[in-house]
Amino acid sequence: MTPAEIRDEILDILEDISPDEDLDNLDDEKAFRDQLELDSMDFLDIVMELRKRHRVQIPEEDYGNLASMHSTVTYLEPKMKDIVK
Amino acid sequence: MIAPNRAAELPDEQRIVITGLGLTSPNGNDWDSYRQALLEKRSGVKPYEIRYFGKTLAGICDFEQTRYQTRKDLRRGTRAGSVGVYCANEAIKHSGIDWENTNKSRVGIYVGVTEHGNVETENEIHVIKGFDYDTSCWSHHHNPRTVANNPAGEIALNMGITGPHYTIGAACAAGNAGIIQGAQMLRLGECDLAIAGGTSESIHTFGIFASFNSQNALATHETPEKASRPFDVDRNGIVVAEGGCLYTLERLSDAKVRGAEIYGELVGYAINTDATDFVLPNPERQAECIRMALDRAGLQADQIDIVSTHATGTSSGDSQECIALRNIFGQSQHTRINNTKSYIGHAMGAAGSLELAGNLPSFKDKTVHPTINVDQVDPDCHLEGLVINDPQESKRVDYILNNSFGMLGINSVVIISRF
Repeated sequence: MTPAEIRDEILDILEDISPDEDLDNLDDEKAFRDQLELDSMDFLDIVMELRKRHRVQIPEEDYGNLASMHSTVTYLEPKMKDIVK
Repeated sequence: MIAPNRAAELPDEQRIVITGLGLTSPNGNDWDSYRQALLEKRSGVKPYEIRYFGKTLAGICDFEQTRYQTRKDLRRGTRAGSVGVYCANEAIKHSGIDWENTNKSRVGIYVGVTEHGNVETENEIHVIKGFDYDTSCWSHHHNPRTVANNPAGEIALNMGITGPHYTIGAACAAGNAGIIQGAQMLRLGECDLAIAGGTSESIHTFGIFASFNSQNALATHETPEKASRPFDVDRNGIVVAEGGCLYTLERLSDAKVRGAEIYGELVGYAINTDATDFVLPNPERQAECIRMALDRAGLQADQIDIVSTHATGTSSGDSQECIALRNIFGQSQHTRINNTKSYIGHAMGAAGSLELAGNLPSFKDKTVHPTINVDQVDPDCHLEGLVINDPQESKRVDYILNNSFGMLGINSVVIISRF
């Protein structure tokens, strides 16, 4: 998957997790928490969905990389580059 | 021996009254439409299909889930929680309580449930089956969704209630048990307002259908709305239903101060246990339970105007309850007897509170809704006062007695008086 495809996938997961939020104006550089009503259980949903959809394992010590869209895509790129969308 | 507790002789601080209610039933999402459906003999039983079990029948609710919850709330929580949130908000609105200025730490939530957690557990097992039972794909939401207090706790979260909240697990006697618990907590001064009753999400677990089916106790009928037929000679089992009914209960003294409209007073109640079988009822213990409730209210059987039966449409359950009813009400000329499951199916934890709500309007309209779908009364279910297929007018409706019984031999009875 390309970085753009990974971004689309994260957006799709966020739409599931936060169905009431408008994600059109999401700022990739800003922390998710500063823009969306997300708590720790929601972040675990991102981890869980990546595991279920793509068998991507994210160890707890790496959760900090999921702070913003930009940091998430950067972190996931090497893990997901061989996945065919 | 339960000491007589004649309500009228108690101080107002110990008298418990119903000041509001919110409900969702397979045939109505508010009190008026539900009552209207009962008087018009409108069933809420429909064809239904569920994972693994396949096609069956059920009582299905269609309340507006997003009236009080966001889509995210719905994703996070459970169906039982959602039913409870809807009913509790509707009840508060109906009660006319100044909610914004209510001290939320003095509100208690007491929700009767038959079971809780089966739906979510089945869902998760279904999910991990797709991952060769890899438990790392088991949701972190599973525990907060399946803890036994979930259906009450979601109400607290939604409404900012910080008083006590918990569920009362009492099989299919739970709806009455929730009301009784609420009343007891008010009398003890543990809260100033009780949101109490019962809820059911049971149609979303295939296990309940499969288990009743294996027990030869699941109703079938080519016409869905005729499947739930307590007391009929051709009844063949239970129609499982979802739903909820929560009341606002207050001490009479508090209700008077705020000028609340009062829909009835809880004048008698009792809970006891058969201690004889996992599933088969015991009419002696049921009769004892009814008698205890009458004693507590200081009433004779013939003072009861309407008996709302528990009967679920099973062969032995209905006839056993009828033995208990003949024992207590056999000489009561005036008492009328009906059944509400014939319309909505068996709403499990919600059954007791929903069935009571179906009858309470009789205090005003003096009409007794019938038990429907009785083509031929089973001789074992013969009851003098049974109201069959058409509503009956009554000169007097002062007392309603509501039966609700459950597996493991739990029996519950509440008696409500006109106020």
